[in-house]
Amino acid sequence: MKLTGAQALIKSLERQGVEVLFGLPGGAILPVYDPIIDSSIRHILVRHEQGAGHAAEGYAQVTGRPGVAMVTSGPGATNIVTALADAYMDSVPIVVITGQVATTSMGTDAFQEVDITGITASVTKHNWLITDANDIARIVAEAFHVATTGRPGPVLIDFPKDVATATIDYEETDAHDLPGYRTAGEPDPAAIAEAVALMKSADRPVLYVGGGVIKSDAGPALARLVELTGIPVTTTLMARGAYPDSEPLHLGMPGMHGAYPAVTAIQRCDLLIALGARFDDRVTGRVEDFARDAKVIHVDIDRAEIGKVRRPDVPIVADCRLAIEELNSGLAGDPDLSIREHISTWVDTCMDWKARFPYTYEGKGESAPGVIGRIKPQFVVEELRRLTPRDTILVSGVGQHQMWAAQHWSFEEPRSWVNSGGLGTMGFAVPAALGAKVGCPEKMVWAVDGDGCFQMTAQELVTAAAEQIPVKIAILNNAYLGMVRQWQHMFYEQRYSEVYLSPDLPDYVKWAEAMGCVGIRVTDPKDVAAAIEAANAITDRPVVIDFRTDSMEQVFPMVPAGASNDDILVHPSLAGEPR
Amino acid sequence: MTSASRHHLVTATVENKAGVLLRIAGLFSRRGYNIISLAVAPTDDERFSRVSIVVDVESNLLQQVIDQLDKLINVVAITELDPADANKAELLLATVSVGAGDQEFDDLVARVGGTIIDRGSETTMVQLAGDPAILNDFEQKLRSYGISELQRTGAVALAKLS
Repeated sequence: MKLTGAQALIKSLERQGVEVLFGLPGGAILPVYDPIIDSSIRHILVRHEQGAGHAAEGYAQVTGRPGVAMVTSGPGATNIVTALADAYMDSVPIVVITGQVATTSMGTDAFQEVDITGITASVTKHNWLITDANDIARIVAEAFHVATTGRPGPVLIDFPKDVATATIDYEETDAHDLPGYRTAGEPDPAAIAEAVALMKSADRPVLYVGGGVIKSDAGPALARLVELTGIPVTTTLMARGAYPDSEPLHLGMPGMHGAYPAVTAIQRCDLLIALGARFDDRVTGRVEDFARDAKVIHVDIDRAEIGKVRRPDVPIVADCRLAIEELNSGLAGDPDLSIREHISTWVDTCMDWKARFPYTYEGKGESAPGVIGRIKPQFVVEELRRLTPRDTILVSGVGQHQMWAAQHWSFEEPRSWVNSGGLGTMGFAVPAALGAKVGCPEKMVWAVDGDGCFQMTAQELVTAAAEQIPVKIAILNNAYLGMVRQWQHMFYEQRYSEVYLSPDLPDYVKWAEAMGCVGIRVTDPKDVAAAIEAANAITDRPVVIDFRTDSMEQVFPMVPAGASNDDILVHPSLAGEPR
Repeated sequence: MTSASRHHLVTATVENKAGVLLRIAGLFSRRGYNIISLAVAPTDDERFSRVSIVVDVESNLLQQVIDQLDKLINVVAITELDPADANKAELLLATVSVGAGDQEFDDLVARVGGTIIDRGSETTMVQLAGDPAILNDFEQKLRSYGISELQRTGAVALAKLS
């Protein structure tokens, strides 16, 4: 079949099962936008290329399928670098296609030329520059394969204009030429046996569950593991929803703003079972002090994560689901399953921490905590959870609101939480929510956003309105860059430097309306529930609620940066509680 | 100054594609691994090149370097060669402030198996290939004559046959 390179690219994307493209055209990618008119693929026209990238991430995180974005060369390509870096840190499979100037102009500083494969080499799992249109089908197949297998991650295909306009004999293919690409195989039976033995003999075991459990769809296997052993569970920021928060053995999130029982159980454990987690500095605090007395079992699909931060006693390089299923087989084969009994004192201790050190805030449990203009932000999150369906997808930006969302929302299902964990990308929420809603149109999608974050990428609500993607945004408007303010409060003697934003500038309701959304302002804590219910009832357009929250509120618990997790600061109201 | 015990020899077979060196160099740079030398050339199979890297890291970090390198899609195979089990070779070119007729110098070059490949009125260019340790020693001796230019290629290596 004679096709242009552009047609071959679109055909190849269709062959990969791509249903949605998030993108924005420009000069170099122009030829590819013509065959899109005739394609079954839905194109969603974003208002800024960064939005296309984050939307593709949101789509990928909720569906488990790769998100795809397409942008032009030069500034189009550089604008999506942040999203690539974000996806790289959080192992999100996205495929980004960038236009490029013609191969004959490359290297001449042509109009809108950048070396995007060079620029993104360190923030993609791999990237390709196509120089021969006959390679298109194979490279697209390779790109999707690399993005979605092994440890998932972002990939980029740079697509020069003359490759797009060349005419070729197009042949469909799924063949790869990747002699250097290997993914982890089956878990080593000897390592599994060793891990099982450690789990049987440990006095104080705890599960440290990371994002790998969600990416490998290991939720049911994990639930079975807990059922078999009764070992307490912690879920990292990237793993919220991997194990239901409502389960008694769930101690919560570990880390800098983690739950006291989760942080402390890890500190005091004698066996740390890390499943698809990477010992991130936000989890470990001061590494030398992290889980000092623990032996470590580390399951990860990426061999390079083994021993990167902490040398494990039992490394298991494998897909999390396969490894957990093997552990379950090893444990279930034991006739006198006695772990639960053996660790009952330890579990009691964990349950005692859980009872005495819950997430809390001033006025928690009251019907309308806070005062007019100073609604408690945690209360807004609790009310959102109370008033939305169990399978609601929650998206957040980065900062205090993100931590309150991770803490006070009850996550019950995998892939119901979308946030920027590793890179900490402010402005992530609005475009990621849009992508999540496109991926799961039948589910309700709420974003909890900060006022600072919202101002970075709010323009994608124009996209959402135009494309009828009814996302809902709750701005916890405290008029500050809140997390920075919190650090200045705690560590810079309350010298607030460049963190004030104003609650009224911009006017978020007018802005929402100007973008084709419904805008609602809530200043009275008593009106929180009614506003959420009003928003829930709107299904034909996006909604933005401007919640005027208490700017003095701080995120607790907190482990100060660089400190040991032993030095966790709890909410002042719990400070007198014996540790 | 780094001690030689931190020097590890890593050889990688890589796809002969544009940008491979950028990926390897970028990885070392962003993860803070120090490259002492790097030599690269095509293998007998034109699809692949062999990269020989002498890297300066603590031994316990070496596995991390190898694992990270192995993650690069264009890296096909990677091995660490224990210096005791490897035949290493390097090439040295040097211009030395020695005029013609310095028999002592000519003897020195001949003794180590070097070659005089060019002569100016007051300078001589020598070449020596061999084990990097021998080159180190030779370079040291040349210094007493005054080196005006020196170029070494970095070590390449293959595993010993037995």
